[in-house]
Amino acid sequence: MNDPYELLGVTRTASSEDLQKAYRRLAKKLHPDLNPDNKQAEERFKEVASAYDLLSNPEKRDRFDRGEIDATGSERPEQRFYKDFVAEAPAGHPYYNRSGFADYGDADQIFSELFRRQAEQSAQARASNSRYRLSIEFLESINGATKRVALPNGKSIEVTIPAGIREGQMLRLRSKGVDPAAGEEGENLVEISIKPHQYFRRQGDDIHVDLPVTLAEAVLGSSIKVPTAGGPVMLKVPKGSNTGAVLRLKGKGAPREGGNGDELVKLKVVLPSVSNEELEAFLSGWKPGAEYDPRREMQI
Amino acid sequence: MTMNDSDFRKLARLDRGTLELWIEEEWLIPSGPNAEFAFSEIDLARARLIQELIRDLGVNEAGVGVILNLLDQMHSLRSVLKELSQTTRHPST
Repeated sequence: MNDPYELLGVTRTASSEDLQKAYRRLAKKLHPDLNPDNKQAEERFKEVASAYDLLSNPEKRDRFDRGEIDATGSERPEQRFYKDFVAEAPAGHPYYNRSGFADYGDADQIFSELFRRQAEQSAQARASNSRYRLSIEFLESINGATKRVALPNGKSIEVTIPAGIREGQMLRLRSKGVDPAAGEEGENLVEISIKPHQYFRRQGDDIHVDLPVTLAEAVLGSSIKVPTAGGPVMLKVPKGSNTGAVLRLKGKGAPREGGNGDELVKLKVVLPSVSNEELEAFLSGWKPGAEYDPRREMQI
Repeated sequence: MTMNDSDFRKLARLDRGTLELWIEEEWLIPSGPNAEFAFSEIDLARARLIQELIRDLGVNEAGVGVILNLLDQMHSLRSVLKELSQTTRHPST
């Protein structure tokens, strides 16, 4: 082994910080895992690492400086690097990652065939613990659906969403391996996330919706069309219904064991958006009496 | 050769929390279900590489993730190229 100071490119008076700095600089350039197939770099890295091992140990460094020991014998034992293990691993090992050149496959038939074959092997190896996230629409979560999920290997699987599924629920899917007998059949876990809906909100097994009604519908009562997860239904608004009144549509909520939750319709009286002379004229002449004081409880 | 969680931690000189973090980050992907992970030699070599990146090369956590991702892509590409060169050499197989 050559002079360790020379190998690291430091002077004999270098501090331990200087040594570390010099070693880091060289290791970044020469580390075999960052330079697979570069035998020269690997040989140099081994020398540099052995030199650093010797000089970073103060006792050994002292003895070396005094000439009591030389650099021989301090070489690192033959080390196998990560790249050596990867090179021997089958194509489907868990760290196989083709994401960086996935779209390359279309360019050339030989390439795409190779990618397909390797992805297949990879899929089999990964199948045992794969997790995916699937984002679905609100109505799909209530009514159920069938979705296709694209897997990282370029294939896709069909996922049946059961009606009434909740946010964060996990679906366990068995993927078909090539040879189930050889344990190639694995499990895919799909985590469900539900996109918010413009009108519907789920609470437990009930679905809540705010429903705008006209002044006349609220005062006189009426039968109006209301959206539900299963399509519009008719709802009877009783005479004199106020803003905030909640009407229950039995069985129109999310599916649950032994039936369905309910849909809860909260009324919101909405005045005409443009001023209405007739309404204004009527209200100017209208004397509702002292019992009509909506702010009575506020005692103001 | 496969090893269980505690043997792996002993050989890789890792504490439990660090190992859990690395698995969560997918720096390590052991096989088997959560409760009974099985580690192989490639996992051990990878753990040593991660330690060298942090300790010897001064790479921080974000950097480790980036390096591993690129290394995985590079190795995958290399394996494809290797197979390609074999295919072109022996077109019949």
